[in-house]
Parts: sequence; C-alpha cells; structure tokens
Amino acid sequence: MTEVVERFGGSVRVRVLKDRLVRGACAGAALVALVPLFSVLYYLTVRGLAGLDAAFFTELPKPVGEEGGGMANAIVGSLQLVGLACLFGIPPGVLAGIYLAEFGNGAFGRVVRFCADVMSGVPSITIGIFVYALVVLRTKQFSAFAGGLALAVIMLPTVTRTTEELLKLVPEALREAALGLGVPKWRATLRIMLRTAAPGIATGIMLAVARVAGETAPLLFTAFGNRFWSRGLDEPVASLPVQIYTYAVSPYEEWHRQAWAAALVLVGLVLSLNILARVLVRHRVRT
Amino acid sequence: MAQPVQSPSVPVSRAPSKRARGEGNVGDAVFRWLTAAFAATVVVTLLAMAAEMVGASWLSIREFGAEFIVSRDWNPVTEEFGALPFIYGTVVSSLLALAISVPISFGVAIFLSEMAPDWLRNPLGFLVELLAAVPSVVYGLWGIFALAPWMRDTVEPALREHLGFLPFFQGPNQGYGMLTGGVVLAIMITPTISSVSREVLRVVPRTFREAALGLGATRWETIATAVIPVARSGLVGAVILGLGRALGETMAITMLIGNRPEIDVSLFAPAYTMASVIANEFTEATEDLYLAALAEIGLLLFLVTVLLNVLARLLVWRVQAQGGAAT
Repeated sequence: MTEVVERFGGSVRVRVLKDRLVRGACAGAALVALVPLFSVLYYLTVRGLAGLDAAFFTELPKPVGEEGGGMANAIVGSLQLVGLACLFGIPPGVLAGIYLAEFGNGAFGRVVRFCADVMSGVPSITIGIFVYALVVLRTKQFSAFAGGLALAVIMLPTVTRTTEELLKLVPEALREAALGLGVPKWRATLRIMLRTAAPGIATGIMLAVARVAGETAPLLFTAFGNRFWSRGLDEPVASLPVQIYTYAVSPYEEWHRQAWAAALVLVGLVLSLNILARVLVRHRVRT
Repeated sequence: MAQPVQSPSVPVSRAPSKRARGEGNVGDAVFRWLTAAFAATVVVTLLAMAAEMVGASWLSIREFGAEFIVSRDWNPVTEEFGALPFIYGTVVSSLLALAISVPISFGVAIFLSEMAPDWLRNPLGFLVELLAAVPSVVYGLWGIFALAPWMRDTVEPALREHLGFLPFFQGPNQGYGMLTGGVVLAIMITPTISSVSREVLRVVPRTFREAALGLGATRWETIATAVIPVARSGLVGAVILGLGRALGETMAITMLIGNRPEIDVSLFAPAYTMASVIANEFTEATEDLYLAALAEIGLLLFLVTVLLNVLARLLVWRVQAQGGAAT
C-alpha cells in the first residue's frame, strides 16, 4: 500500500488538483486543435461566398487584368481527373483487396499488404514525379490521362486495404451457407461476400475520392493546367486544386477572389463526401 | 449444419454433378489468379515507383554522388546542385510541426479515449478528422490570407519581445518563413497523430484501467501509470506517422515557407523544403541535369518516408499485438 501511495504521491488534494489540471489541458488541446478548422471554414464562407457568382461555373478564366471569368474548365477538368482516377484505381484496388481477404494469409499476401501500407505513406508529390517519368516523358506531353493515373496510384492502397478490412467483417456463416449449397467459391465471394460488404467499401471509396479530389501536388506536372477547355485525354487539363494554387500565389486581387470561390466549391464537395460517408456508415450500423 | 465447411474443396467434392464440380474448380482457380494478379499490381507499382525515380535522377546521382546531400549550392544557371538547404528546411519545419502538434494531439487522443463524455466523443472525433479532409492547397490559401498576417503581426512580434535573446527569434519577420510553415504543418498532422494515438489507447485493455482505478488512482494517474506505459511504442509510431506526413506535405508549406534555398538559424527567415522545390521548379527545369537533381530530391524524400512508415507500422503493430494478447 505504501508503494501505491508513493507512486501516486502527495496529498489527496494535490492529486485531485493535478487530475483536474490534466483534464483541463486535454480538453483545451481538443479545443485548440479545432480552432484552425473553424477559422478555415469561416474564411471560406465569408470570402468564398463573396467571390462566387454564376460566371464562376459557366465561363472560362479571363486573362490577367480583366474582371470576371470563371473556372468552368477547371470544374469539368477536376471531374474528368477524378473519374479517370476511379476508373484506373478502383477495379484493381477492389480485386487486390478481395485477394488479401480471401487468400492473403500467405507470404505473398503479407508482402502486398505491407506494400499497400508503405504506398499510402508515400508523399503525393513523389507520385507526381513517378507518373511524370512513366507517362509524361514517354508521351512527351502533359495530359489528363497522366493526371488521372497519378490520382489512381494515390487511391490504390486505400481502396485495397478498405476492401480487405470490410470483407473480413462479413460473417463466415454467410459464405458457408453459400458453399453448402454447392456454389463455387468465386461466386460465393462475389455474390455474397462482396455484395454484403459493398456499402462499407463504397464508403471507403468515397473517402478516397474525397482525398484525391483535393490533391494538387501530383497534378502540377502530370495534368499541368489549361486556360481553355481540354479537347481530349491526351491534352493538359485544368483542375480546381491547381487553379486555386495558381490564383492564390498570384498578386492579383481578382484572382484571389476566384481562388476563394474555387476553394469553397472544392471544400464543399470534399466535406459533403466525408459527411455523406459518415452518415452512410452510421445508417448501416443502426439497421 | 452438422459439419461446418472447412475448406472450399470439401463442398466442391460433394457437389451434385461433375459439371458443377469442374466449373467450380476452374472458376476458383481463375478467380484466385486474377485477384492475385491485381494484388501484384500494388507491389509492382511500388517497385516501379522506386525504379522510375532512380532512373529519372540517374544523371544527378552520377554527377554529384554523395556530395549532393551535403552541398549548399543550388544554382540552375551554373548547374550546381546540392540538396542541403532543402533537407534542412524539411527537417526543421517537420520537427517544429511535431513540437507544436504532439502535445496537442496527445491531449486530443487522451481526451477522446479516456475523458470525454460519451455524447461528445463521436462528434468531436469527426471534427478532428474533418481537419484532415481539408485539402492542402486550401490550408495554403487560408495560410496566405489568415495565418501569415496573424503570425507577422501578432505571434512573431510577441516571440521577439519575450524570447528575442534566442537566435531563433531574431531578424526581420514577414510572416512567410520557417515558423509559419511549421505551424501549418502542425495543423495538418494533428488529425493523423491524434487519431492513430486514439486507436492505440483504445486497445489497452479495460482491466488495466480498472485495476489502477481500484487502487484509488485518479483518472490522470490511471492514464500515466496504467495506460501510457502499455501504449508507449504505439504512441511513438503515431508520432512517426505524423512525421512522415509532415516531411512529404507539399502545397500548404510551399505557399507559406517563403521558398528561399538558404540555411538561416532564425525561424522567421524564409526557407525551402524538398517537396516545395519540386513543386515550384519541376515544370521550369528545362536542362536534363536540373530535372534529374529535382528527381533525386524526390527520390530521397521517397526513401525517407518509406523507412519512417515501415518503422511506424512495426511500432503500432507491436502494441496491437500486445493489446490483443493481454485481453
């Protein structure tokens, strides 16, 4: 007992006081951590709404010095890039995730899992260099294709691990029931396991999409940017994040106004994907 | 249900017709190999990444060798390239970010896992995760118009007044520099560190806490004596994951750190990071050697973050294995 007293040392009053202090400090830390979030949201709302108008969604950027113009091409460009990323990133990711969940207990499975984890920590800018060397140098031009591929590489490990985790949550009894009816394993996996896990996997994919939609660094030297409409996947394409960057570091008032408007649109998109994913998860858990 | 199915081969061999059995076997084999091929793409991509980056930086590796990481010269005109100012900028800004973020993140994690009332836990955890969802470029934009002016007019003058005897807080301050870069990084890595720490604390068995509480420990004493020691290596892992994120973070810090390849002891002075110099100069680099030097900086960044991630995952896994074994 004396040991315990020594360990926890001091009079009860001091100990309780210390406890209160630490509790206060931890609650304070939580408050401090959230200050930037609210500040960002405040600035986005005030400045973003001030910069937002119909032209923003319908017009092309105007040259420096001219008022007005919009980011219609960047909005479409971002959708294109994210679409390409989904096309290149989701099917391999889901299939790799199925492999890990179903057959991934061996050495190869461990290697894949490990590589996926390592890949998810690789800075996105180095993925930009990778795709630059792989695609842009070989095709000799910046392109929507290269940008989409860079984003897909970022998505791949997240989609893989999410699919694996969610498939593992599906009760084995479901599979056993299917196998017991004479259904081959592959059909049991696709039609029973994958379908049961699908809402959760969709949620994970939504979060991955939300993340790549805001990525800027890997697009700088893959999709590059474009002041006009891009007419094909083999041309450079504008995107909201890159446009925000270009406008934010420029010295022009008018461009700053549009950068805020674009940021509001982008964050609106990203946060609603996040919140939607959350709501879906909660809904699924409750039912 | 008398005999649970042990392996896929059992029901297949009992399947009613030969046709069904044959189809099942071929289908299963195809399925297995197909998914394995896609699983291999993950490994291949990572290896290709390493290979392409070594290829892209080969000119620079051959030209400068080990000199590259200790040289302070960065002169595209004379084609002298040394990465030291960028390595310095990356390391110092990331350490600053950790110094600011670690106490706050641990506070958040402890509050969320040990102290917060139930109704507050999920909404608060969600808000902290939203911090991670805001794109980097938006933090940069916010930094330019909100954070940098605040640092210039409020924080930096205060630091100069009270701690100005230290060399870190001397010299002119414009709001763009190492300190502002470190602060924005701290904001961005806080969600990473706090959510991983929270997961780590959560695996510490409830019985450990109950034992300490039963001995009359206060909440804080319980955390300090029964929770943190068990979770320690996982918490270290969380910090390393945060460090990995800080090292590779690009847009926000590029927009705030000032982008000047100099090594200055003052935290008010502009600096440059490895990721920033790539973001800023890669598309301008027209000479092959210049491009290779930038690619080599990318390669260094890649190697460092891979190593850190490996280390961090091992540490987090260790706690999870321990926690699993103790329950």
